[in-house]
Amino acid sequence: MLMLTCPWCGRRPEGEFVNLGEATRPRPVDPAALTDAEWTAYICDRQNIRGRHNERWWHVRGCNVVFVVARDTVTHQVFDTAADEAAP
Amino acid sequence: MTASRLAEGGAIDRTKPISFSFDGMSLSGFAGDTLASALLANDVMVVGRSFKLHRPRGLFGAGYDDPGSMVERLGPRPATNQLATTTTLDNHGVYRSVGTWPNARRDLGAVAQLFSRFLPAGFYYKTFMWPTWHLFEPFIRGAAGLGRVPGADVWEPVSESRFGACDVMVIGAGPAGLGAALVAGRSGASVILVDDGSAPGGRLSGDGGDPQGWAERSWQELGAMPNVRLLPNSTAWGYHEHHLITVLERDPRDAAGLDLRNWKIRAAEVIVAAGALERPIPFANHDRPGVMLASAVRTWLGRFGVRAGQRAVVFANNVSAYGTALALSRAGAGVTVVDARAEPEVEAISALTAANIGLIRGSHVCKAYGRGRVEAVDVIDGRGRVSRLTCDLVAVSGGWNPTFHMASQTREARSVWHEDLATFVAAHGPAGFRLAGAARAEFDPAGCAMDGARAAADALAVLGRKAPALEQPALLEPFVTRRVSPLWFVPPRKKGEKVFVDFSGDVTTDDVGLALREGFDSIELLKRYTTAGMGVDQGKSGHVNIIGIVGALTGATTQTVGTTTFRPPFVPVEFGAIAGQRNKARLYPWRHTPLTDWHIARGAVMYEAGLRWQRPGYYPLPGEDWAKAASREAKAVRETVGVYDGTPLGKFQLKGPDVPRLLDLLYISDFARLSPRRGKYGVMLSDDGLIMDDGVVFRLNEQQWLLHSSTGAADRVHQHIEQILQVHRPDWQLSLIPVTSQWANATLCGPMARRVLEALQPDFDVSREALPFMGMTEGLIGDIPVRVFRVSWTGEASFELNTPARHALALWERIMAAGQPFGITPVGSEANHILRVEAGYISTGHEVDGTSDAFDLGLGPLVSRTKPDFIGKRSMELRRLADPQRFELIGLLPVDPAKPVPEGAPLTPNGDKADQEGFVSACVMSVARGRVIALGLLRHGRARIGQTVHARVRNEIIPMTVVPPVFHDADRARVKS
Repeated sequence: MLMLTCPWCGRRPEGEFVNLGEATRPRPVDPAALTDAEWTAYICDRQNIRGRHNERWWHVRGCNVVFVVARDTVTHQVFDTAADEAAP
Repeated sequence: MTASRLAEGGAIDRTKPISFSFDGMSLSGFAGDTLASALLANDVMVVGRSFKLHRPRGLFGAGYDDPGSMVERLGPRPATNQLATTTTLDNHGVYRSVGTWPNARRDLGAVAQLFSRFLPAGFYYKTFMWPTWHLFEPFIRGAAGLGRVPGADVWEPVSESRFGACDVMVIGAGPAGLGAALVAGRSGASVILVDDGSAPGGRLSGDGGDPQGWAERSWQELGAMPNVRLLPNSTAWGYHEHHLITVLERDPRDAAGLDLRNWKIRAAEVIVAAGALERPIPFANHDRPGVMLASAVRTWLGRFGVRAGQRAVVFANNVSAYGTALALSRAGAGVTVVDARAEPEVEAISALTAANIGLIRGSHVCKAYGRGRVEAVDVIDGRGRVSRLTCDLVAVSGGWNPTFHMASQTREARSVWHEDLATFVAAHGPAGFRLAGAARAEFDPAGCAMDGARAAADALAVLGRKAPALEQPALLEPFVTRRVSPLWFVPPRKKGEKVFVDFSGDVTTDDVGLALREGFDSIELLKRYTTAGMGVDQGKSGHVNIIGIVGALTGATTQTVGTTTFRPPFVPVEFGAIAGQRNKARLYPWRHTPLTDWHIARGAVMYEAGLRWQRPGYYPLPGEDWAKAASREAKAVRETVGVYDGTPLGKFQLKGPDVPRLLDLLYISDFARLSPRRGKYGVMLSDDGLIMDDGVVFRLNEQQWLLHSSTGAADRVHQHIEQILQVHRPDWQLSLIPVTSQWANATLCGPMARRVLEALQPDFDVSREALPFMGMTEGLIGDIPVRVFRVSWTGEASFELNTPARHALALWERIMAAGQPFGITPVGSEANHILRVEAGYISTGHEVDGTSDAFDLGLGPLVSRTKPDFIGKRSMELRRLADPQRFELIGLLPVDPAKPVPEGAPLTPNGDKADQEGFVSACVMSVARGRVIALGLLRHGRARIGQTVHARVRNEIIPMTVVPPVFHDADRARVKS
């Protein structure tokens, strides 16, 4: 069980959070402006990185904030809590 | 008698005899015994039969490294798969060997040995492929099983789960663990020290000085520290991310009646001082009872006062077994040492000479004789000359493997080859994870203590604490292994002689050779194919031998072959211990509405309605089954009035200027112009274009909206919206508050519903004009505040009365009283299901199954034609363009009107064995139609109204007519009344 650092609440066990997957780009404001390939890439493509990647967590049993964590998918090392929405 | 209890010695209490039985024999032991030590003290050598070949097997290790002494405990606390070496002896305990018939000594299954050459590696994979494995499975499981599942009187251990946290976690209370705990404890840091034994000391032998006294004094000092928690009888069985250690504590001393406690301990720093495990030197027939690890022989003597034999051969390639030889000799046994090395250590040789113990150098034990117990061994010297030694005990030591398991579980540590000790040592663990003592290949006890102190000092430095010094204890051990000449096995002299590398699965060196010839040359593949290292001991004693043998057979170095991965649990752990008190819904509780007690008092049968919510399924009257009760309740709604508890329905309060934008993004329809006190039905897609949920949104006033979700989808919808608000549209001004449990909901439905509402004497107008369909109002019923929503999921006029949860029961009771003259009937989920199928309303989990879009379910008219975007729009369009062959919602009438069709039944063309063209999503006995009706999804269904389709179910094909998916109130006149 991971220990995650919520930007509001500090270090808390994983059980308080829900994982929301890779920190993908925010949803395009105008999907109609995208080509079919661009749209399906937004919906389906994930980097599935072995190593350091950015992922979103939702502190649903806490303060409710959604935040980004940089974590190594092999070692589970958590690097920092990024307040910004960096692309993976 | 050859194995026997000594008159003195050991940590047992000879004043407390214990009587027990094994395979029908009445035996006795002492308090402090394990089942294994007591069996050995009674000279019971055969404790079971091997898994595949049914060879007689005895005790090989003295702890969790024993590869197969599994027994069944018939009482007290009946349980199967108990390892004799770790099972505390119970007074009047009744034990039985497993996998044997009639018993371990005379086992008829042993006939399997005659066919052993037909049972090679991968035998099951190769042999039982045709026609199907399942044909053979029951027979094979019966012959090979490890015990029977206990009957009705099965022991259900009382277990609990507990969290713990500390600065420094120390695993193992041998010299290294004690050294680490002393330093960490004296520094004032919070410490948890766990040890799987009942007493500290680990493998301290008691041969030189007073090591056991030091261990006990240290233990007492630690026990007196308020910042230290000692957990004896506790096995650390798993390392999980970020230093979470799971520990199984057996028979906790602080809680009478508690059998097992599973700890989850979060430590800032972890010190693994789990010691080392001795490995064998496999030779032909070395699985015969009476052949044991030298360390086990030492444990029987030192801890239990049991001498495992009278005439012992000690076979070793390192010096540690010399201590065992001397201890046996002191206990009165005749001993001969066979050392594989030509030049053993000089001091060791003189110690043997002084004790008058024979030494044969540069030789190997190559074969054991005897069946139920070893009777003699052949010894072969460097020139190939063979001599025979009579014996009743063989103590083997092939070197030591530092316990690598916990490091392996971190998935970060790498195994590094230690040339001098010919074994793998862990390196490069995660930060804050340290090994100490024998676990990192330091075998001298005093050195271990100091190594533990070093590890603790390193940990304390990270924690910013000053480490007090540890005075080096006087722990004299004359025979410390510092060099091992690797000897992975002794090749058999004749073809057909078996050299077992894994007792649990009866895997031999021949099996390893065969698997290599067949191409399973990766150690991970070879392990799975031969099952070597996959038995009950998970290769604790033998895994490095297997790696060495693979290296020897392939010419690769041991380091190149590499280790396999160890995963939790380190020892077998009862599922019940992990579950703790979570059974019977205690830590995974049900959600109840404030009306549960009322429902139960009224005789309701309660169901889960999704997300752990409990709702009445139906309220049977005397003599009614569920179908009759549901039918009566549904009929009441159609003819007079019913009321149901709709509290679990998901509710979210939205507030802020950007709510209309959010709703327009969430739903397929236009929501922006929804006016105050009006509601609108909406369908929500996920961005893959498929329906996520549906529900009604009411605009309570200018500023506030209330969004309803399905009961089971509430969490999903919450997550969906939070992601939009926090990730995708963080600049939007609005707030979302889940209020599901804050509001109770009693829904009046039926032609008389409005009259019941009037009878409740509300202080607001409930006329059709003031409160139309999809309208809402609020006010007081007596002193109870209510919001009334005009929504229907039944196909009748419905009034959802919402009230703050604390008023729920009072409101409900008033409704029942006011409704009594109208024959008001409480309605459960079963009747709700009938009503919604009749009305053709879709349900999440039935028609909304994660593959349907809005058009599929006939909701196309709801899709906005003006909005440029909503979630799911782009994907839904793309999918429909790519493949217009969609399953569409239709109604179904079985040709036989009394024939129910199972929900989920596939529809296939003509009922043939072919790909399905749809399925039955719901099927009920309709009260409105007086016949069976169903909903389903059918390819091109809307174009096939009037056709006959076929449900293909077990043993029959059910023909049905396709009709529009609404069976009642098609013009919605009643709903809107």
